[in-house]
Amino acid sequence: MPDRTPAVPVRIDPRGPRFAAGLTTLVLLLVLATGSGVALVAQAVVFALGAILGLRWSPYGWLYRRLVRPRLGPPQELEDERPPRFAQAVGLGFAVVGAAGYLSGATWLGIAASAAALAAAFLNAVFGYCLGCELYLLGVRGRARLNHG
Amino acid sequence: MSDPTGLIVAAVVLAAATVFGLVRARRDGRLRDGGRGDALRLSADELGAALGERATLVQFSTALCATCPGTRRLLAEVAARTPGVRLVEIDAEARLDLVRRAEVMRTPTVLVLDRAGRVVRHASGPPTTADMESAVELAMAD
Repeated sequence: MPDRTPAVPVRIDPRGPRFAAGLTTLVLLLVLATGSGVALVAQAVVFALGAILGLRWSPYGWLYRRLVRPRLGPPQELEDERPPRFAQAVGLGFAVVGAAGYLSGATWLGIAASAAALAAAFLNAVFGYCLGCELYLLGVRGRARLNHG
Repeated sequence: MSDPTGLIVAAVVLAAATVFGLVRARRDGRLRDGGRGDALRLSADELGAALGERATLVQFSTALCATCPGTRRLLAEVAARTPGVRLVEIDAEARLDLVRRAEVMRTPTVLVLDRAGRVVRHASGPPTTADMESAVELAMAD
């Protein structure tokens, strides 16, 4: 579980993660087109920074604040940072597995993991739909079932 | 790289995700029949909060749910406008027993209970205000 201690969760501009998902989609398309494990490693680093430090400190979040947000004006509402941050951690898992696949020669694994990450990033960018967040409850249910038999 | 497998996979993923997203956007939050036959009934004890005099809105949320706060605001407004209607928010992770009984697969899930605590309507995904209002009216009509 990520930390749930802070009484007041960090709140962010919801358009930031959406913009980041758009860039992620493009990078993952590039990875699938070229089979570049190195590009996927770079994306994994971006995911890791977003998951560990928060989305505002990931490179895409930085780009959003520097280049995009000034043109959009202030957001109408802010959202809890934890759901998109959790999604970054899920993305990191897929990117690590995929990069290991590409770099070790198991190209099928690289393609499969990149494709799964692409689906999630694309749904987030285009429909604002957070696949990782949706799967979270199913994961909790499954874990509880395992623990209690 | 001349192997086109990656590109083909990418095209298939984008097409499938587009279909999924469009279908999902249409179905999301639509209020459906609670299942009249053996309708699930929840008591104040089980909910950990008193039922509304005329109807109760039960929202299942998790901390990692991007659309839950918006839905909570919407439901709170509906409840505030309608006398005798209460909103109860359940932390799905803390109440996996209720999650199983109500067959909650995702958050937010909203149950609309009548005065006796019977589930009259349920929605998975964020509902609209208009749909919520008609579901509340239905619950109060019983």
